[in-house]
Amino acid sequence: MQLDNLYQEVILDHYKHPEHKGLLQEFDVQVHHVNPSCGDELTLNLSLKDGHLILGWDGVGCAISMASASIMASLLTGKGINESQPILDAFVALMQSKGAQSGDEEVLEDAVAFAGVSQFPARIKCALLAWMAYKDASIQIRK
Amino acid sequence: MSIELALDPYLIRSDFPIFNRTVRDNKRLIYLDNGATSQKPEVVIEAEANFYRNTNAAVHRGAHHLAEEATEAYEEARDSVSEFLGAKPSEVIFTKNATEAINLLAYAFTNAESGNRFHLTPQDRIVVTEMEHHANLIPWQQLAKRSGAHLGWFCVDDEGRLDLSDIDSIITESTKIVALTHQSNVLGTINPLGAIIARAHQVGAIVVLDACQSVPHMEVDVASLGVDFLAFSGHKTLGPTGVGVLWGRSELLEDLPPFLFGGSMIETVTMTGATWAAPPTRFEAGVPNMAQAVGLSTALKYLSNVGMRNIHAHEMKLTERLLDALNEKKSVTIFGPKNLEMRGGVVSFAVEGIHPHDLGQFLDSHGIAVRTGHHCAWPLNRKLGVVATTRASFYLYNTDADVDELVIGINAAEKYFGTI
Ligand SMILES: Cc1ncc(COP(=O)(O)O)c(C=O)c1O
Repeated sequence: MQLDNLYQEVILDHYKHPEHKGLLQEFDVQVHHVNPSCGDELTLNLSLKDGHLILGWDGVGCAISMASASIMASLLTGKGINESQPILDAFVALMQSKGAQSGDEEVLEDAVAFAGVSQFPARIKCALLAWMAYKDASIQIRK
Repeated sequence: MSIELALDPYLIRSDFPIFNRTVRDNKRLIYLDNGATSQKPEVVIEAEANFYRNTNAAVHRGAHHLAEEATEAYEEARDSVSEFLGAKPSEVIFTKNATEAINLLAYAFTNAESGNRFHLTPQDRIVVTEMEHHANLIPWQQLAKRSGAHLGWFCVDDEGRLDLSDIDSIITESTKIVALTHQSNVLGTINPLGAIIARAHQVGAIVVLDACQSVPHMEVDVASLGVDFLAFSGHKTLGPTGVGVLWGRSELLEDLPPFLFGGSMIETVTMTGATWAAPPTRFEAGVPNMAQAVGLSTALKYLSNVGMRNIHAHEMKLTERLLDALNEKKSVTIFGPKNLEMRGGVVSFAVEGIHPHDLGQFLDSHGIAVRTGHHCAWPLNRKLGVVATTRASFYLYNTDADVDELVIGINAAEKYFGTI
């Protein structure tokens, strides 16, 4: 069933048990992104400690957008800011692949579970919500 | 007058070619997104195509045979819209859609000079409601901004009805415009117009009705409604996209300044100025959407043949069936009236633990098309305390089986997402 390509086990797990959910006590940057077509909202906190990223987030949205935030936050926490760039690029490329790519597990780890989302044009924005918030925040933190 | 026979949705479906196709791996199409747009019967598709095949020419501009026939077809379309609404043909303005119709009116207010009855000042007030579609909210917000007028609104109560308890302090003596929806596209609530119109007219305000969700689904007669302006979209009324209607009372249209300027809408033109044609031409600048107007006219005739009362009764039967099923489910919250009183065939709901987007996706895999999101009524969603809802909206071609499939689909989604 095509639907299972979308709702991978990992995605539903992260949706039900989100990681790094909750805003940080202290942060360097806070961004708030919304998906105007469906009303999903996400707030992302970013801080850098000794060159390592710490992410915290909160939001309301569908399984895809919330699981994506959870998986992204797990994946990027502890990484360096420069290290995060190729991961972000790989995720965006995967989302634009229209189902042609399965994603590099070395780079994306659990986030390859979103490969199926790229076959559902209406849901790509859901998967990208957190990542676009991160892109925005990472530009601000570099300044 | 046609004799109204009870409506058979299966017979009706055979008039709509789209129901011959399947969706998502051979699933029967269960189309429950009629609030967004309706499907088209073959006669409408044919009427639009035939205009291009046989009659195409620019209307009102030329003495040749085709121009004559095109003009006749376009004006006949205006006649059938006016007949459908119980209006005069000269009161019917073709626009692109309801959004454009409402913007036309709002910008016409801005174009009104001091001394014109439509001229607004910072002392004036515009009243809307909390349940408006963005199309009947933002144009008024922006008009308030441009003119300095104050924007006020009626709130929505817990049952999804307008709270009219403060009507006199909301529609004040300085109110010039009261703009509201006939039926909510989210809640299905049909608004009680009587008290609002009476108060608005008492203070000299005009009443603008967003009839997008009523004209396609029930009998609407402008003469007995008592509103001053009314807008609806052709594409929600079995008609083509790209055509909508603004209806206005003649004595008001007489004084209303134009919104768009250009060809066709003028009386005389010099190098330094121009005067305007009489309504409705004044409001139809440029070569209009002729084929679409003709398609809309065919759609309205199709609806009249079935009978608007039959259509409403049929949709209410489906609504009752769905409400009964959903009211039984503890995990489902219905937004809006839970009974059939003063409501139409639009049902918005939430299923505990499943985001509307995920529910919509799941239902889609069963061939069921519903709308999920804020339905272009973001302030109302905020009031309801939800980010989004799932909405099923019915039309004449929906069947009991469609309703049952939806309920089965919701149950299956709860299993799939593990919420029960
Ligand atoms: C109540 C209401 N008003 C206005 C509109 C806008 O209609 P359109 O997009 O055709 O201009 C809609 C359509 O969604 C609606 O449901």
